[in-house]
This record gives sequence, C-alpha cells and structure tokens, in this order.
Amino acid sequence: MGRTISEKILLSHAIGVKDIAPGDFIRAGVDLCMGNDITSPIAIKEFRELGRKKVFNQNRIILVPDHFSPAKDMKSANQAAILKNFAKEFGITNYFEIGQMGIEHALVPERGLVLPGDLMIGADSHTCTHGALGAFATGVGSTDLAYAMAFGECWFRVPETIKIVFTGKTRKWVGGKDLILHAIADLGVSGALYRSLEFAGDTIGDLPMDDRFTMCNMAIEAGAKNGIIEPDKITEQYVKAAVRKYKPPRKAFKKVRSDKDAVYAEVREYNVSKLEPVVAAPHLPSNGKPVSEFRDVKVDQVVIGSCTNGRISDLKQAAAVLRNRKISPDTRLVVLPATQAVYKEAIAAGYIEVIVKAGGVLCTPNCGPCLGGHMGILSDGEVAVSTTNRNFVGRMGHPKSSVYLANPAIAAASAVKGKIAHPAEL
Amino acid sequence: LIRGRIEMKLKGKVHKFGNNINTDEIIPARYLNTSDPEELAEHCMEDADRKFAQKVQEGDIMVAGENFGCGSSREHAPIAIKAAGVSCVIAKSFSRIFYRNAINIGLPIFTSREAVDNLKKGDKAEVDVNRGKIRKAGRKTTYNSEVFPDFIKDIIKGGGLMASAKKRRK
Repeated sequence: MGRTISEKILLSHAIGVKDIAPGDFIRAGVDLCMGNDITSPIAIKEFRELGRKKVFNQNRIILVPDHFSPAKDMKSANQAAILKNFAKEFGITNYFEIGQMGIEHALVPERGLVLPGDLMIGADSHTCTHGALGAFATGVGSTDLAYAMAFGECWFRVPETIKIVFTGKTRKWVGGKDLILHAIADLGVSGALYRSLEFAGDTIGDLPMDDRFTMCNMAIEAGAKNGIIEPDKITEQYVKAAVRKYKPPRKAFKKVRSDKDAVYAEVREYNVSKLEPVVAAPHLPSNGKPVSEFRDVKVDQVVIGSCTNGRISDLKQAAAVLRNRKISPDTRLVVLPATQAVYKEAIAAGYIEVIVKAGGVLCTPNCGPCLGGHMGILSDGEVAVSTTNRNFVGRMGHPKSSVYLANPAIAAASAVKGKIAHPAEL
Repeated sequence: LIRGRIEMKLKGKVHKFGNNINTDEIIPARYLNTSDPEELAEHCMEDADRKFAQKVQEGDIMVAGENFGCGSSREHAPIAIKAAGVSCVIAKSFSRIFYRNAINIGLPIFTSREAVDNLKKGDKAEVDVNRGKIRKAGRKTTYNSEVFPDFIKDIIKGGGLMASAKKRRK
C-alpha cells in the first residue's frame, strides 16, 4: 500500500518504529524547531527549568522576534530580550534581529533554512507555510518547542490526508490566496481537523512559490495539521537560489513525493478556471465568496502584508493596481513587507515608491496589525480589508471591528475605491 | 508554568460557549506581551464574554461546541484558562494545537458530544477524570467522553511533557 508525502516524511523521521499508519502516535526527530517573541519566552523558561547545558543542535533552532518588533512597549521589549539573551548564551545561530529579520514563515524559506523533505515544528500556528516546499511543517505550542530544543524530538499523531486537486488556468488577479479561500469555504474551519492537506493538480504545478506559501500558510484555517505540496522544478529553483545566496549549513535535500497508490481520507477536486477573486467575510476564514458579492462594503483600513501575503509578488501586485492612482481619502493603507529582503527588493523594483505616492504607509517587516498587535489597530465599528489569514472577532483590534480577507490586488483596489473592489472596477 | 497534580474528581459550575471559540477570544493578542499566568487569567475569554474573568470560580467547567481553541498556537490560551481556575474543558471537538498544549501543560480536556448537548449554562457538573465520565451533579445519567490513547494517557499520568523531560538523561 502506498504512502502520501506526509506519511513518508514522518516515517523517515520516526524513532523506534519501522512502519506507521494514520492514527499512530509516534516520536520523531525534527530537522528544525522555531519560535517567536510570543511563544519562545514560555519555551525558554521551560527549557531552563530542565537545567540542561546545551541545546540539541545550535543550527537547528530558529528564534525570530517578529510579532511585536520593533518592541511596541516595555513588556514586549522584555519578551524579545529573553530570545536574544538565550540565543547568545546557547550559541543559537539562527536568531534574527530587526534589520535582517522578517516574519518567520517568510524569512526561513527565503534563507534556505528549511528544505524539501524536512520535518519542522514551530511554536506558531502558521508554521504549516513551509509545507509549500515539500516539507512536513506543523504548528505546536511552547512546551513542545522547549522539549524539541532539548532533545530534537516531538510527538505526533500521524494524520490522514485530504488531497485537494485544483485544475484549470486561473483568471487575471486570481492567485494562491483565492484558491485557498475557496477550499476553506468548502471545507469549513474544522473540515481538515487533525488532518494533512495535500494540494495538487495542474493549477498548482503552474503556481509560483509565493502563491504556494500563501496556500499552505492557511491550511491551519481549515483545522489542518499541515499543508503540503510535492516539490517540483519550481520548488527546486527556489531552494537552490536561496541556498546559493545565503549559504545555510545544509544544502542537500530529498524530493519526497506521494506514491501513486497512496491512500487518502478524501479527495476533492476544484476546477478554478472560472473562479473570481475570493473575499472571506467576518468573522471566519471560511466565509469566502466572490468579490462581486461585496460591492457596497465601505473600508476604513487596508492591510497588505503578513506571512500569508507579504512577499515580493504580493507587493508587485499591489503596486500594479496602485500605479498612478491615489487611495480614497476615507481609507488608510498600511503595507508591511514580510522581510527586510522583500523590502529591499520592493524598493529596487519601485513598488514602494508607487505605494507611498498613492498615499499608503510602510511599516517595518513584522506581524504588525494582523493579530491586533500594533501598527494599525482597528477601533469600534471599523472595517478592514486585509491580505492576512484570520478575521476572527477582535483579531485586528476592537471586538466590534471587522476584517475581510482578500488577495493583495483586491486589497489595493479596495484602498483606492474606499469600498471592497476588483481592480477591473477602477 | 502552572502544573501540579490534577484532581481526579472535578466538580464545578458550567460556563457554556459556542462553536469555533478561537484563541483570540480566549486570550486576545493585545495581552500577549506577557506570559504571566495571573495576568493572562484576568483577560481570559475577554472577547467572547467580557465578564468571564470576574464570574469564573475555582473549579468551574467550560463547555463548548466544535473546534475549541482554533487559531493561534499560543500556549497562553490553556494557561489563561487554567490560571483562571477552570478545572477542565469539555467540547465537541478541539483544534489540534490547543489539544496538545492542554495535554502538555496538564489542563484536563474531554471530548463529548452528549455532555455538551445536555449540559446547560449554570448547571453543576461532575467529571471523573480517570474514567472520562461526565454527569450533572446529583443525577444518575452519565455522558461518556472519548478515551485518550495510551500515548496521551502516559503524558497526562506523568504530569505533563516537561515532567517526563526532567527524568530524561539524553
């Protein structure tokens, strides 16, 4: 009986077992473990209580203070300092200060630190993003991170896999964000609970890496343990370029693929050739509908950024819509490049100039307002269109504010019009 | 952070919540610039029920629908619930990261559709932790919960993941 890519990666990392099946509980060695300025302080406290003198591997732990950095207040500064001091004391090589930093799920692939075939855990729910490279990557909690930093291991329940096959050539302004919002609208927010989501089909084969990251990033919004895409030429090119540029400690990787006779819990197929850009209405990511159904929604703020849509192609799309246009006087536009490298590239390409001339503002690479942290919090009754991943009650600020999730082109067009809009309407 | 022995018989007043209660409602990100359990407890469930932190009493039981704890990986969520005095959470289903975080820190959780369907706000409920049996106080009818796999039972019995880590040499 064949295996899925997720099962194969888990099996190749499993400890003390020769075979695994969905539903099994296993211990497995992890290639990478990661934490941020919210989750790591708890993990570091737990780790210190163990009294160990060494971490399992100084090159395999990644600490990124990306949520409230530059520190928004004293408490956040203290949290970030815990990471910095710990990294120094234990010789952790992958600690990133602002100025080189970025949102962990954009930064780590960009630097070639995560490779196809890896088993990665991160104390951040959007760790599933890295599955876009054909790695098994999943979000865990702080205690799991503490345990992994000490022993290089984690416990897992082997998930069943739901395969989602996308077919057809997508229309203009439709990308990874729309494909995943479409899938989540069908699956529901718990439709893939405890399961793996494997994205396949000719639409995915044509999809650039940035869009693949966006898709795997939001696998968690359907409850999934991980999102994953089999590595292909596009993956290989991306990884090789990153490795050449940043020279990470590991270079060799294995392209793991699902067997032809792999067993899936379910297979869903979507023909997306007629799909319109999708917007998810408040207050669940599963409330996705075609953008044309939201014509009269007034928008107070637009956010373009996050681990979902803050990469270079996202800023390129936004700039393409904003070029020679001004945003509505009633709307704020906040743009956060996902990493310093994305920021620099966007400056060189002229995207930042276009955004600023249109009336948008730039914030430094970090999570910012996505989770209601800082740099664009909503007030009572305000409405935002955001390229982020969650639109829960109070997610971006006041419990009576609301967030519509969309792709960067829709977000930019909505900033211009002051209402939710498709670029074709401008 | 806040462990200790789990009582084997729990008894408390029921606080009821709906489906898809997410970690932003359990502990909003605006309070995540700390990991102090007492401070987190003060804001527990704030965006789902503004007065919860004042109402909740030691030993009370949270009862919720599907996909409890969905969203972020923040361990602050089960920590806030536990530090607020909640003795256990009963839900129709749990999001997977919340599930493992609760197990890892020693917050008892139970998956039981029938208990959720039958327990109402304000009821007194009793939970036999070992057997996973739930009932209204003073009533005979018991509701079963899903049995934990042995692997999880061992973590719980051992007092959480880090307790076993402390015994480990290599």
